Amino acid sequence: MFFQIFVAFSPWNWLLLLVALKYSDASSDLNFANSTAQQWNGNSNARFAAASTEPGERISVFSLDYDYVQIPYEVTLWILLASLAKIGFHLYHKLPGLMPESCLLIIVGVLVGSIIFGTDHKSPPVMDSSIYFLYLLPPIILEGGYFMPTRPFFENFGSILWWAGLGALINAFGIGFSLYLICQIKAFGLSDVNLLQNLLFGSLISAVDPVAVLAVFEEARVNEPLYMMIFGEALLNDGISVVLYNILIAFTKMHKFEDIEPVDILAGCARFIIVGLGGVFFGIIFGFISAFITRFTQNISAIEPLIVFMFSYLSYLVAETLYLSGILAITACAVTMKKYVEENVSQTSYTTIKYFMKMLSSVSETLIFIFMGVSTVGKNHEWNWAFVCFTLVFCQIWRAISVFTLFYVSNQFRTFPFSIKDQCIIFYSGVRGAGSFSLAFLLPLSLYPRKKMFVTATLVVIYFTVFIQGITIGPLVRYLDVKKTNKKESINEELHIRLMDHLKAGIEDVCGQWSHYQVRDKFKKFDHRYLRKILIRSNQPKSSIVSLYKKLEMKQAVEMVEMGILSSTAFLTPHQAQRIQGTKRLSPEDVESMREILTHNMYQVRQRTLSYNKYSLKLQSSEKQAKEILIRRQNTLRESMRKGHSLPWGKPAGTKNIRYLSFPYSNPQSARRDVRFGEFTGDGSSESGSPSTMFNTHSRTGSLQERWLTQETIPMKSLHKGGKPFNFGYQRSPSQEEHTGRVRRAALRPKPLFHAVNEEYESGEESEEEVSPVGSRWTTEHRNVKEHHKSHSPLLQRK
Amino acid sequence: SEASLVRLYRRFRDLDRNKKGYLCRTDLRQIGALAVNPLGDRIIESFFTDGSYSVDFSGFVRVLAHFRPVDDEELQDPKAPEPLNSRMNKLRFAFQLYDLDRDGKISRHEMLQVLRLMVGVQVTEEQLESITDRTVQEADEDGDGAVSFLEFVKSLEKMDIEQKMSIRILK
Repeated sequence: MFFQIFVAFSPWNWLLLLVALKYSDASSDLNFANSTAQQWNGNSNARFAAASTEPGERISVFSLDYDYVQIPYEVTLWILLASLAKIGFHLYHKLPGLMPESCLLIIVGVLVGSIIFGTDHKSPPVMDSSIYFLYLLPPIILEGGYFMPTRPFFENFGSILWWAGLGALINAFGIGFSLYLICQIKAFGLSDVNLLQNLLFGSLISAVDPVAVLAVFEEARVNEPLYMMIFGEALLNDGISVVLYNILIAFTKMHKFEDIEPVDILAGCARFIIVGLGGVFFGIIFGFISAFITRFTQNISAIEPLIVFMFSYLSYLVAETLYLSGILAITACAVTMKKYVEENVSQTSYTTIKYFMKMLSSVSETLIFIFMGVSTVGKNHEWNWAFVCFTLVFCQIWRAISVFTLFYVSNQFRTFPFSIKDQCIIFYSGVRGAGSFSLAFLLPLSLYPRKKMFVTATLVVIYFTVFIQGITIGPLVRYLDVKKTNKKESINEELHIRLMDHLKAGIEDVCGQWSHYQVRDKFKKFDHRYLRKILIRSNQPKSSIVSLYKKLEMKQAVEMVEMGILSSTAFLTPHQAQRIQGTKRLSPEDVESMREILTHNMYQVRQRTLSYNKYSLKLQSSEKQAKEILIRRQNTLRESMRKGHSLPWGKPAGTKNIRYLSFPYSNPQSARRDVRFGEFTGDGSSESGSPSTMFNTHSRTGSLQERWLTQETIPMKSLHKGGKPFNFGYQRSPSQEEHTGRVRRAALRPKPLFHAVNEEYESGEESEEEVSPVGSRWTTEHRNVKEHHKSHSPLLQRK
Repeated sequence: SEASLVRLYRRFRDLDRNKKGYLCRTDLRQIGALAVNPLGDRIIESFFTDGSYSVDFSGFVRVLAHFRPVDDEELQDPKAPEPLNSRMNKLRFAFQLYDLDRDGKISRHEMLQVLRLMVGVQVTEEQLESITDRTVQEADEDGDGAVSFLEFVKSLEKMDIEQKMSIRILK
């Protein structure tokens, strides 16, 4: 029927088309139980063929072969629908603030499901559990594990383990037993549900779903330890609930409740441990293998992302084969891999991995929610008021009990306990999701005559938690005034954090106390000595302070350029007056042209937001960008080191069309730079301001005169003494050509082994200025100074 | 608390090799892990106030008291002197580690030294210099080229000092 319409309409109402096609897809492919759909499809094809071909033996001018492309077609359409829903969601601005995306996706799913149901009076396709577990779940977990900040995780590890493990057990058994008691009450008509079944239901309903939790928490940005607890719990209790589920299914199959011996229970407990540890073990092994392999892939960097993804997926599959926890395996794999792979892969691979991971997980998540919505509509339900309501009530009650008691205990052991507010948030974060639903659907009907009731109850709980808790968690966080995350990156903080770590370790030594700081220390040493040598391509031991510093410099460089471009020439004239004679002046037209060139080709800097928002890439933004740049830089460095290049001098100016920053490399310094450095220290010391470094970036046009550099210091000094409140320091412009004479090129290698060079600069001799993270008030002065130096080599000034 | 005091006293006695009743620098240096700690010397120094050569038990405890976890329920009595483990005092202690000459400011030079201690790995001198510069710049607000205590406090206002500088057993 729909196909006829499809043929008849030339201006396609494409949405209807989509839905209709999906309907046909869905009903024909995804509903494994629906055999009539196949017939229907066959019918339609036959009808179609009949319609379009001439009766008889003529060659058909226009025919349609749907069977051939059916499966990929359907899958693509589903995914497209999901993406369109997401786009629509974000286009309407108010909506993301109101409810998490997952809610909307479920609603869309329900709509689609009802359309399908309404038109065909058949139950729409239900998400196959194997599709969920095998295809949709791993990317999400992988992305969660890969981007998880490891340090807070391990710092809170004890608490997380304690809370996730015991919490899941308490919840499962608590809910199970209470429901059993309810079922005993004859009035509700539930007396045929025995204890085991209740326990099983309890175990599957207590599983907090990482997908749903992350989706709900994306909007509410909470502080790190709290986020870690919630996320860690969601990840870890999967293992527990699936194990419980399997054990109880096995018990049920043993037919007789009385046959269960204490031995079995002990075996069950042992199983938990094995499942958990086994999963982690396999994950780590696969992580190491993939890290090791990426060590050798420098020439075929195209397969690096492939290796990363395949090995993580493999770890998941292997763990699932052995009935170990696949989720834990893939998490462990991601965490291990990340450290080493990041340093081994080329920059493009790194970016690819990052974005591809995000894409996959985003698609999976959307699909999951839509499927859940679709599955809701239909005839699979049996509504029993008592059971459903009590399930809901007990879920909340038991979660509250477990949260507050467990945290009360663990707070005794924590240096920094979780406040009651934090605990409320944790309680509120018990969002169930598609995991429970799939498990409910997997229940064998033969053993569970009341399966439909279970399914209904599960769905109700899921809907309730996702919608109600999802929508209200944002306001709740604001209302309770939970401490938000406040990751500000500054060198100061990094430095001081490091200092405090050492200090604390030292003091603890004095006290004779062993704590996890020392464990961490030891692990780091071990890591440096053995692991890194094996797993990392070229072993450049890095200090995190230095890395952070480089990162920040890079970012500021880029930011400064961006800002510097936007400043007007107005500043040029007043400062020309301040210049000492002898400095060359650029004509305004030159300045204009330079600025134009730069504006067109500049690498855009995105804004930063500091929060755990897995959907917007803003989280990564300039931090990761800068990191990318840094990594690229390092790679260029390594390559040029390998090839023994020195700086490619004399490149023609203005030919570049840069989308990335390239870093001409000047040889590791020492003597010359020290000389320069010494020279300028003299300048620096004469100033009263706090020193700042000027990084002269590379100027290839070679119009730079050495003396300009000197002269630049002087104008800077005069500016400084002119009472402008910026801090100018001595200028460091290590030029490696220096000793070869005053050369035009200013390939100056700033001290920290890089300079951010935009090749554009070579053509446009722009100077870049950085705005320190502390003082944006520097901007105006920067611009002044920048204009001031436009004629000179591009400079990176840091105040 | 009582129990932790007793434990500390036992530790004090263990460290005190010759049973002198006080600790001198060499005693503290005997602690192996402290020797490899980059800040080891400075930590040891911090125990000995005003250049004295020995520290008795009360001094020992006093320094360690800085690391007591902050107790939220203790109401601050504005008239009483601030308890030693308050945030300000913790920060003051940390500040002392930087500020060797006790002039109340961390000069660039002092920052450089600390940095050099902590970052040992293949970092060139210029890098250290520029890192120092940047560090000082970030914190320095009045432009005097050094980080005073208040600036130090301000730059760390977002950080969870109480958690970082607390040792549980001292509670």
